[in-house]
Amino acid sequence: MKEITGIKEIIKPENLVYKKSEILTDVIMHYCPGCGHSTAHRILAEIIEEEGIQQDIIGVSPVGCSVFLYHYLDIDWQEAAHGRAPALATAIKRLLPDKYVFTYQGDGDLAAIGTAETIHACNRGENILILFINNGIYGMTGGQMAPTTLAGMKSSTSPYGRDIKSMGNPLKMTDIVATLPGTYYVTRQSVHTPANVRKTKKAMRKAIQYQKLNKGTCFIEIVSNCPSGWKMTPVQSNKWMEENMFPFYPLGDLKVPDEQPVQQPKSE
Amino acid sequence: MERELRLMKGNEAVAEAAIRAGADGYFGYPITPQSEIIEYLMEANPYETTGMVVLQAESEVAAINMVYGGAGCGKKVMTSSSSPGISLKQEGITYIAGAELPCLIVNVVRGGPGLGTIQPAQSDYFQAVKGGGHGDYHLIVLAPASVQEMADFVDLGFELAFKYRNPVMMLSDGAIGQMMEKVWLSPPKERSKTVPEWATTGKPPTRKRNIITSLELDPDRQEVFNQKLVAKYNEIREKEVRFEEFRCQDAEYLLVAYGTSARVCQKAVELAREQGIKAGLLRPITLFPFPSKQLNKLADRVRLMLAVEMSAGQMVEDVLLAVNGKVPVYHYGRMGGVIPSPDEVVENLKERIRGGAK
Repeated sequence: MKEITGIKEIIKPENLVYKKSEILTDVIMHYCPGCGHSTAHRILAEIIEEEGIQQDIIGVSPVGCSVFLYHYLDIDWQEAAHGRAPALATAIKRLLPDKYVFTYQGDGDLAAIGTAETIHACNRGENILILFINNGIYGMTGGQMAPTTLAGMKSSTSPYGRDIKSMGNPLKMTDIVATLPGTYYVTRQSVHTPANVRKTKKAMRKAIQYQKLNKGTCFIEIVSNCPSGWKMTPVQSNKWMEENMFPFYPLGDLKVPDEQPVQQPKSE
Repeated sequence: MERELRLMKGNEAVAEAAIRAGADGYFGYPITPQSEIIEYLMEANPYETTGMVVLQAESEVAAINMVYGGAGCGKKVMTSSSSPGISLKQEGITYIAGAELPCLIVNVVRGGPGLGTIQPAQSDYFQAVKGGGHGDYHLIVLAPASVQEMADFVDLGFELAFKYRNPVMMLSDGAIGQMMEKVWLSPPKERSKTVPEWATTGKPPTRKRNIITSLELDPDRQEVFNQKLVAKYNEIREKEVRFEEFRCQDAEYLLVAYGTSARVCQKAVELAREQGIKAGLLRPITLFPFPSKQLNKLADRVRLMLAVEMSAGQMVEDVLLAVNGKVPVYHYGRMGGVIPSPDEVVENLKERIRGGAK
């Protein structure tokens, strides 16, 4: 094997083009290869670092694939019961109004068992950020049907495909919360390409900065993939997501505030 | 500032005591017979004076999870409800116990099961004392028998909750919650400015991140945590037992009752003694920890014990365990929102003495 020479000499600040955020811990993530969660975590960590709010932010992690999120970001965390994150966040924010508070929830957590908590936190206009990862399936428990599973989509509890007549329709929670007067900024993004990562990061930065205005709930849906649950390779899953998820869950802003943040978002 | 004397409902006393105890937050959902607690707090609007947050949640489930979130920030937070609502809160309560968070939960008990009645009962004893939610855990359970104690146990409840990082339940009932008595209110305390070292308030560079969780997938580590809880509960059993004895000194027959039943039994003891029956009453004030040692001691002196409860017989099981066969233990209960009269308690005691009734 050819020896790589001079590697130490190359590691210099002036040669640095990308580095792991200081907010990300060294714990090895448990996510499957190609999963969108780790990308979403990374840009969230970058936003916290770039905004300099590590000591002013409290996260609420869910039950689901991202249950161990508190291992990966070096901030204060509370782990909620399944679906209850917006209730925790409501109290945290009201008792610590000067802090930034966010929840990070999957589709089962946010749009099935936590529907009431989600809708009412948004309707009260709690001044928090809700990050909603929608991959249309229950990943952690092994690929069962989620509230957001598409019509005809196969899962371990809809093995012949989701039958709308007997199993109901996929739920567009982001569209619902956008209609509520309590929400301030509602957008739907993805993290499957570099361009989309940049857009999502921009949305997260806006949402954090909007929290200073005290104008209501910011809600970001990230339509994501689940290669293991969908039984696809990462590349196939991203293609399938573009072809099937995006037509039903179209990317873009659903509700944009008139006012601009106190501090303009930095250009991405 | 001096103590203040007022005429209040038990529920109102809880609310006023919470403001005076320097509570940081109350999260609740209306349910009879305890809605006066949130109504009183909303009218008092303590956010404007002490900064105490009062919020009506969308459900009991949300309310208890708001308590979890607030408690995780190291704040003095509480909720209240009545039986069906307390059932809904059980998920949150077990998570709070598992995350070792301090908080106060008030249950103004009504009869069940199901929607049951809105009248007073003591049928949630098992739920409060033995668990309620899933997993090996205990609440510290305080049983007030007067409006005064409903007020006093708010402060005591918070004190114990923070001392042991454990949820505390005040197990009252619809009679004590609704009736009016005079109550001495403590002078107001300021809200605490100290932040417990485990609280999530934002991670400064000077400490590691704080994580509030009850999750541990490694069975060996989970067991170590369970053992830590057991040690805590044993310490509570050693140090925090509270009870009151009424005419036990020379008693031959012992009534055991808490809350409203204890008030009835106090009168029953007097009536029995007028008839020459040397009765006494042990009133547990803490239901967990239960005054088992004291009951076991009394079992050496009395001929029988009669547990009087507004239930089908729940606390009586703990009396049986405490007495461990030393003397016969009986139960007399009324259910469905019915409060026993002192006369019927005396009649039942006399039948037990004769060995008649089963």
